[in-house]
Amino acid sequence: MNGDKSILSILVDNEPGVLSRITGLFSGRGYNIESLSVAETMEPGISRITMITRGDKHIVEQIKKQLNKLINVIKVLDFTDQRHVLRELALIKVHARAESRAEVLRIVDIFRCKIVDSGPDHYTLEVAADEDKLSALLNMLQPMGIKEIARTGSIALVREMH
Amino acid sequence: MELTGAQILWQSLKDEGVDTVFGYPGGAVIDFYDALVQYDINHILVRHEQGAVHAADGFARASGKVGVCMVTSGPGATNTVTGIATAYMDSIPMVVITGQVPTSLIGNDAFQEVDIVGITRPCTKHNYLVKDITKLERIIKEAFYIARSGRPGPVLIDIPKDVTNSRTLYQAIQGVHMESYNPTYHPNTKQLAKVVNLIKEAKKPIIFTGGGVVLSKGSEALTKLAQRTNIPVTGSLMGLGSYPGTDEKLWLGMLGMHGTYRANMAISDADLILAIGVRFDDRVTGKTDEFASKATIVHVDIDPTSIHKNVTVDVPVVGDCRLTLEALNQLLDDEDPAVIGPERTEWLAQIKKWKDTNPLGYNQKDCETIKPQYVIEKLFELTKGDAIISTEVGQNQMWAAQYYHFAKPNQWLTSGGLGTMGYGFPAAIGAQMAFPDKVVVDVAGDGSIQMNIQEMATAVQNKLPVKIVILNNQYLGMVRQWQELFYKKNYSQTDMTHAPDFVKLAEAYGAAGFRATKPDEVEEVLKKGLATPGPVIMEFMVSREECVYPMVPAGAPITNMLLV
Repeated sequence: MNGDKSILSILVDNEPGVLSRITGLFSGRGYNIESLSVAETMEPGISRITMITRGDKHIVEQIKKQLNKLINVIKVLDFTDQRHVLRELALIKVHARAESRAEVLRIVDIFRCKIVDSGPDHYTLEVAADEDKLSALLNMLQPMGIKEIARTGSIALVREMH
Repeated sequence: MELTGAQILWQSLKDEGVDTVFGYPGGAVIDFYDALVQYDINHILVRHEQGAVHAADGFARASGKVGVCMVTSGPGATNTVTGIATAYMDSIPMVVITGQVPTSLIGNDAFQEVDIVGITRPCTKHNYLVKDITKLERIIKEAFYIARSGRPGPVLIDIPKDVTNSRTLYQAIQGVHMESYNPTYHPNTKQLAKVVNLIKEAKKPIIFTGGGVVLSKGSEALTKLAQRTNIPVTGSLMGLGSYPGTDEKLWLGMLGMHGTYRANMAISDADLILAIGVRFDDRVTGKTDEFASKATIVHVDIDPTSIHKNVTVDVPVVGDCRLTLEALNQLLDDEDPAVIGPERTEWLAQIKKWKDTNPLGYNQKDCETIKPQYVIEKLFELTKGDAIISTEVGQNQMWAAQYYHFAKPNQWLTSGGLGTMGYGFPAAIGAQMAFPDKVVVDVAGDGSIQMNIQEMATAVQNKLPVKIVILNNQYLGMVRQWQELFYKKNYSQTDMTHAPDFVKLAEAYGAAGFRATKPDEVEEVLKKGLATPGPVIMEFMVSREECVYPMVPAGAPITNMLLV
């Protein structure tokens, strides 16, 4: 995984097979996908794919052009060098026995997470954050023992200028 | 008007101006074939689905129209993959129609079911699975539009059997607009002004022409540009015929691995390269770091992904080759002819020197066996350079490229990108369908011809007078050449001594066959073969260990040529 991280936002026709056209393009040409998330936009029939990819300038240029070439791709936006907000949602199930419950709650408070499930020896945390904050949180929780994690991959939008 | 899916398909093909379809029936497309009798469309029954796709491809390359083929589901569909990938690599407009099991059975591993849309996703420009008959007509319209517009390419439509035999309203849709697909045809005028200035300043310019010029019908504009600016022209394998190969003054011959010495030296010494409709394939550039290191590179291509992909370009121009060349010519009209087209005495003299030191050549006189190059040169002479030539892949292909001088576009049909053995013969059948009165010749090797030899029956059944020239060296010649040069003559698995008697084979199919074993029989056999009606095999027993020269070893700089 060489080169810088790029954040691409790809508007596509919401049709079966479109995602596999995109992932197939990446596997077939040896490009790298770091994260990928897809959902419909406000406009029915159009989906937004947020993709984090890595590569040197030349490769990212090719990626953008190759994506644009796909018939079902309506627009490829590169947010990398634009002011943007970026979030990833994670659910983290962490060990929380008597001796560490208070510590977990403290961390939850500091990171403004939500506890969405709890049991005799676990809490499940919900957090929406960018990658830095998420990894800081995971670092803090590590000593408690993380049981399971589910992450969505990043989504992003450009910040409006006022 | 309410029609069945099968009727909508044929009617839509007619609306698109299709008059010829190559195909092979089967369970999933039987309804199409049942409805075919109601429509005035030629259907050529091939003997293998791969033959159908290559034939549609040859038809498209020769005629400039969209090639169409139809096959059944499962194995019928998978047999088309090589042909589709061939067309994709060379940007050939084509629509492939495959049958599919009924929608209710899709995903159930039904008899003759395969996910052909999934399989062909990476080698089609686009593909469709029609799940709803009301979308069929629009999808066919879109498929033709996509196949022929922008950078052309193959489009596959997979049609389940229940869509074929149910009914819906046929609407005769006019025109297609797709929000997500808008190719750029017209070049940026500022970029063109830059190109004009570069032409004015260049001391050692060269034009590098490719398949895009042929596909965009830009040959005339290219020829005009080259001749008014006095800029010498070289071409990629796919670009042969886009500039008159008969022009002794400006035509340098092919560039690259088996290009001419003068072309490779000239591009390496040039200060300006006008690359039009090429994609800088590794067989052309050799080691990219050292490719054209002294030159400013202008690259014209309708596909933005081609630009900067393999080499760094100084002036990118995204646009249709013909429209770009015409726009350039228009700009040049306002310039002083003496400035844009000076005599270029020194540059052309240098090129002539390269040509004289290392011309293309072979020595038939002192050789008792037939030289393959001699066969091609005689073929050129006897057909007056006017035949449509298709080729297989390997040495035969390179000799045809070097020794048959293409004066016009669309008479050279060869698998440039994928390098598909077995391409040439079915492609010749397709071309002959497009031009029944032209001489169509497949230049083949003894290895390649055996890959789709079954299409002899197709040619005979349809009375297509395709001529096959087999350069028989009883080897897989090009691999043997590599083994000789780079693998210490370890001729592992390239000996093809055991082959059918091709003359008898022709006769077995109901065609004619002739064989030449000595140099003085070559002309006679060619004359006899070309004069004999119907399909003919002409077999030439050529020097077994003849190599294609010049040659640049793979990955070396293109000035690093093995000359003989």
